[in-house]
Amino acid sequence: MTPLQLSAASFSSYPAKAQQIAVSSLPLLRQLPLAFTPFLLKEIRDADVKFPVELKELEDQLAYLQAMSAEQLAKEMRPFAGLTLNAALESSDWVKSPGQFLEQLSAHLWASHQMDGFRSASETYVRQFHASLAAVPLQAPRVGIVLAGQGIARPLNRPVFVKLAREGTLFTQVKPGDGIAVVHSALEERAAKYPAPYAHWNLDGGMASPLKGFSSVGYGQLAPVREALTAKMLAAYEARHFDPEMLRTNLANTTFQSLGIQPTGDAPLDHFSLTLLTEGSGTQIYSTTFVQWAAREALRRAQPLTLLSRYAPRQREKPMNELLSGDKTPSQQETDPNGSFVDAEMGAYYTWLNQQRLSGADQSRFLVWFENQPVALVISPAHKRAAVDSSPVELADLVRKVLLS
Amino acid sequence: MKPYALAAQAASLKQKAVVVTFGGGARDDETFAPDGQQNIPHMLKELAPRSTFFTQVVNRGILGHYVATASIVTGVYETFNNFAAVSPGNPTVFEYFRKDLRRPATDAWVIAPSNGFNRIGESSYKGYGPGLGAGVILPKRLLATALTAGNGEAFDHLLRDNYESSAYSPIIGGTDVEMQQLLEVMKLSVSDFLSRARNLASPDELSVYIARQLMHRLAPSLLWITLHDIDVAHSGAYSLYLEGIQRSDRLCAEIWNTIQSEPEYANKTTMFILPDFGRDSDLSAGGNGFQHHRTGDPTSRTTWMMVLGPNVHENTIVDRPVESTDLVPTLGSLLGFDARLCQGKPLHEVL
Repeated sequence: MTPLQLSAASFSSYPAKAQQIAVSSLPLLRQLPLAFTPFLLKEIRDADVKFPVELKELEDQLAYLQAMSAEQLAKEMRPFAGLTLNAALESSDWVKSPGQFLEQLSAHLWASHQMDGFRSASETYVRQFHASLAAVPLQAPRVGIVLAGQGIARPLNRPVFVKLAREGTLFTQVKPGDGIAVVHSALEERAAKYPAPYAHWNLDGGMASPLKGFSSVGYGQLAPVREALTAKMLAAYEARHFDPEMLRTNLANTTFQSLGIQPTGDAPLDHFSLTLLTEGSGTQIYSTTFVQWAAREALRRAQPLTLLSRYAPRQREKPMNELLSGDKTPSQQETDPNGSFVDAEMGAYYTWLNQQRLSGADQSRFLVWFENQPVALVISPAHKRAAVDSSPVELADLVRKVLLS
Repeated sequence: MKPYALAAQAASLKQKAVVVTFGGGARDDETFAPDGQQNIPHMLKELAPRSTFFTQVVNRGILGHYVATASIVTGVYETFNNFAAVSPGNPTVFEYFRKDLRRPATDAWVIAPSNGFNRIGESSYKGYGPGLGAGVILPKRLLATALTAGNGEAFDHLLRDNYESSAYSPIIGGTDVEMQQLLEVMKLSVSDFLSRARNLASPDELSVYIARQLMHRLAPSLLWITLHDIDVAHSGAYSLYLEGIQRSDRLCAEIWNTIQSEPEYANKTTMFILPDFGRDSDLSAGGNGFQHHRTGDPTSRTTWMMVLGPNVHENTIVDRPVESTDLVPTLGSLLGFDARLCQGKPLHEVL
């Protein structure tokens, strides 16, 4: 099937909102090349579970393409139209399963040495699309807060937050006061001041505390989902004929209901939580990976005004000699606080980088606190880069400055 | 054969080469860049000063570990599916070496991390292929054979040999060496082997243990070791990725020290150390930094290579870009075979 052959009936398997968007975009979709259309369809197919910001971005993208003349559109799509596809791709059901098509396309582009050209074309397209958008002022500067180091009793005998320290001011005499409670109350105050759906996020490597006005996702709360998914994957591996394609399709179509788990009633958030585990790599095993990936995805998809990520100790990776010694202790029962802190330092750096990819980056604020230790780092327009401040300061004052400055 | 060719072949008979690749790409950021140097004390302080160091080794092929390693061993960018159980399409370095120099099967070996590498020793190319390649040892598979059934988590965990895709189940088959055959070579019993494995912290340590036994017992002239612990990076745990690099660093020094201490190798062996490629840049929005190598950005395509040996200039840095496919023709020039179908070119700086 080619895009030109698309009709309203092609989208009969799509959820309601997705179907409506696809049908109303038919004239555009019919003009796009096969190497591009499934990318757009993948976004459209998820419309019913998208966050408001990403739904707006999808609508903007469709409007951007629809506003072009046929010649302009052909020019914009030329790099994609120029890619050589194979018969398997052309005959696959890319309308019903655009995600699968994209996986196969990726493998084909690598094998046919077209990946570099494709990457360049995609980057150009995204840059031009974003440049076409009018800047929308934020209600307040974006704020990212990372809490790392749970389970570490004493300060470490090494520099911490090295990569981030180049970007901001390291405070070395922080008085924690009420610690996490200070952070939570200040954040709830901020969410009350700037209320908006999915604008404030609370991600936790353990059990996420319920914060008023926040979308909360906790690795701990998702334990039943993780267990159900693990069982599903194991069953697939142990089947007489293991079919990786089928497993991928099954994972992509997994819902809370299909796992026998009661949905929370917040469809976009449930879908978000589930995809962290079905699409993320390592998120099922390590809580640190889960938090880092969740922060990345929350920033990419929901573009929040406030993001709190709290790392918890992940399970310890057992060395081979222990595994062979017959030790039956489940890995999950042993944690690795020091390794987790290293993971969290890198995770915090990636969270900051991802926050800086969003609008308003020049005004955004970022704070990372070594939990229960006197060390915190702040990046904001008001703080010097690569500086160290060793004067005593209350954590509450630092948080307030970051949130209100 | 002309006299000079005879002389060259006689000289090459004495030459040996050991190649160590990191089959979990490692970035400069965590190795030779300033932030990474703390992870590689052995390579930085012991090996680099004795080496010719190539700062830009570019891999223009598919960035999946099996297909990339196949590209390095053939000197041609292979294009098969990374997760397929297929032989390289072009002759491997082992086939050139054995066919041109009429070497026995015991003179070329590969020690590779996982089931997926079981066909890396010889190609499907007409005129080469079966019977002309290297013996392939898959240490984790040997371990699985040696382990008694029902070892639960240990068994499952050790066989989790592919970090790139959770949805991957390799088809068993190929030309890897069977347990008994290898143990005979190493003069070990199954229980000795297991006992040894129980004192090792990782599959890569087991690989290097086997490599040392092979070097001591058979002294192959061409030995290729692919380390793989680093690829735990796909799980997203940065600390585990760093531990993998630190372990690889230590193991490279151990291999070099073994070369120096084994009479069959000392002063006649050239050692090449290179990651198969890098990993995604922190700054590539489409990736997730160190975790994967999916973007094809310059950081994921570019790595380094260290060459050490009796005829290699020490403390020398080569900044010109070279390609990972240049390794096989370089080995050809060094050992005296013609890698005639290679895309790469010999690296004159180490010849």
